[in-house]
Amino acid sequence: MSAAQTTTADLPPAKQKTSPGAKPGSQAAPGRPVRKGPGATPWLLLAPCLLVIALVMGYPLYRLVALSFQSFGKSELWGFKDPEFVGFDNFAKILGDGEFWAVVLRTVIFAVGAVAATMVIGMLIALLLQKVSGWVKALISIALVASWGMPIIVATAVFKWLFDADYGVLNYMMSKLPGVDMIGHNWFTSGPQGLAVIMLLVVWGAVPFVVITLSAGLTQVPKELEEAARLDGAGAWGVFRHVTLPILKPILVMLTTLSVIWDMGVFPQVFVMRNGNPEAEFQLLTTYSYQQAFVVNDYSGGSAIALVTVLLLLGVVAVYMRQMLKIGEVE
Amino acid sequence: MSVTTASTASTAPAATPPVARLKQRKKSKLGWNLLGLLVFATAGFPVYWMLNTAFKPSKEAIDPDPQFFPHTFTLANFSRALDIADFWGPVGRSLIVSLVVVVIGIAVGMLAALAISRFAFRGRKVVIVGILAVQMVPLVAMIIPVFLLLNDLGQYDKLTGLIITYLTFVLPFTVWTLRGFIVNIPKELEEAAMVDGCTPTGAFLRVVFPLLAPGMVATSVYAFIQAWNEYLYALMLMSQQNQTATVWLGNFTTKHGTEFAPMMAGSTMMAVPIVVLFLIVQRKMAAGLTAGAVKG
Repeated sequence: MSAAQTTTADLPPAKQKTSPGAKPGSQAAPGRPVRKGPGATPWLLLAPCLLVIALVMGYPLYRLVALSFQSFGKSELWGFKDPEFVGFDNFAKILGDGEFWAVVLRTVIFAVGAVAATMVIGMLIALLLQKVSGWVKALISIALVASWGMPIIVATAVFKWLFDADYGVLNYMMSKLPGVDMIGHNWFTSGPQGLAVIMLLVVWGAVPFVVITLSAGLTQVPKELEEAARLDGAGAWGVFRHVTLPILKPILVMLTTLSVIWDMGVFPQVFVMRNGNPEAEFQLLTTYSYQQAFVVNDYSGGSAIALVTVLLLLGVVAVYMRQMLKIGEVE
Repeated sequence: MSVTTASTASTAPAATPPVARLKQRKKSKLGWNLLGLLVFATAGFPVYWMLNTAFKPSKEAIDPDPQFFPHTFTLANFSRALDIADFWGPVGRSLIVSLVVVVIGIAVGMLAALAISRFAFRGRKVVIVGILAVQMVPLVAMIIPVFLLLNDLGQYDKLTGLIITYLTFVLPFTVWTLRGFIVNIPKELEEAAMVDGCTPTGAFLRVVFPLLAPGMVATSVYAFIQAWNEYLYALMLMSQQNQTATVWLGNFTTKHGTEFAPMMAGSTMMAVPIVVLFLIVQRKMAAGLTAGAVKG
């Protein structure tokens, strides 16, 4: 087994043109050795996967871009008319629409709030897990994994019940506090309040993954380092700030980017909470695109909104990918 | 407040004599434990309330003074949930879709995972980055073109159409996760088998495959859960008559309002098997998801 031939990750792109039989020589990266002389085998193995992805992802993605430059409504859907190329008309219409910007702003506030809450609460619970006795830790873990495993659609139904205006147990419990009367309070008459409930639902579902990942990360923080920092006079916060946080940084970056991507894509929670017909005050980019396409029957407008959403996320995805490359997960 | 005692105790342990320290530590543990129990109660409450409501008479569910602990036990909500709309049809369809998606996803994903974890070839990194990137595209953004595509192919309202679309998110996931499991199996084992006269395929089947089996099971279960839980595509690509399990849950809400107690019974039926499956594989998956994340 020649150790010389390993991953081609570090090869310059120009070399990709050489025939598959040619050896990349001793350009090898110091990574783990991989089988020699692969030839066409890996591509044969990859073929079915790439084919499926091209069909179910590549083509729709292309279609999404194409649609957003066309005019495509009900008559095109039924085949009475061929879609027409309209250039940037759809984008001009969207970007010139005040409501669109309101939706963008709402989506960003929602995502930032949800991600910040998820990360902070997740971090606090992960730290707490290090302090509690074993049996408490076990109890918390079971509760977390159970809430993590709940199907989103079920969790949404449960939260709808918890926050029900007339019989919701949350209103009842809050009314037990002195001076508060929430009986009959409808959380969903106002957009911000309703979205706060939805945010709570999203955070509740997202925290377990963060806690469990961070707990695994925390076990990697060397005790000696913490001890040393403490001897140097660092308080609890100082140790966390200067020892724990830097070590956890790669995980935190990954969790944050993943959370942003997930929370920008929130759909069923809003859709089901509002009985399939979110009011204007509840629209996020995802539901807005859906409504434009399937309620207004403007498929090209909806596609343009979806495309803008994907482009907005691209930056976050880039950070995530860079982090994955940096920590050597991709090699 | 015991929490504050706890933090001061942990910041200056060296200054206190051992006995006092032990006492203080016990006290501080108590504070943390109480806080931990609060977290447990908060995180677990929605699940508890679902079960609590599901098993109490629907009249008690709308009692303005709700009972927090099990009081009377009834299965009436479950029979109501089964009556409200066909339950086993949607469950059967969800099962078929999820199982087929898992089988295809694992078979195709396995081959791809092998290619990117055990072979050096040009363009490998591009493939890996591509698969990772595909995983990041929000599903919601794709619903419009997918809907139109299936419409054109005559696959609207067909289980096959749903299966194909589910591969969008299941396949990148299985490739990536299986890759993680394969990478953790030392290459030397395979090499030893080949020295002993195995072909590369034989070495894989006899050595790697058995070691990979637990990881594969976990990945399959997880992929199954993902397919089972999917809502948007199921809603958009199937008609009312052919709805799947997640969409079925919407039947409890009509324009006359929501029947909450039966809905919680329905939720329980949908969630409990999934949560149990999830509890079983979670540990394995969490390890796979975070493996290598702390390397750098």
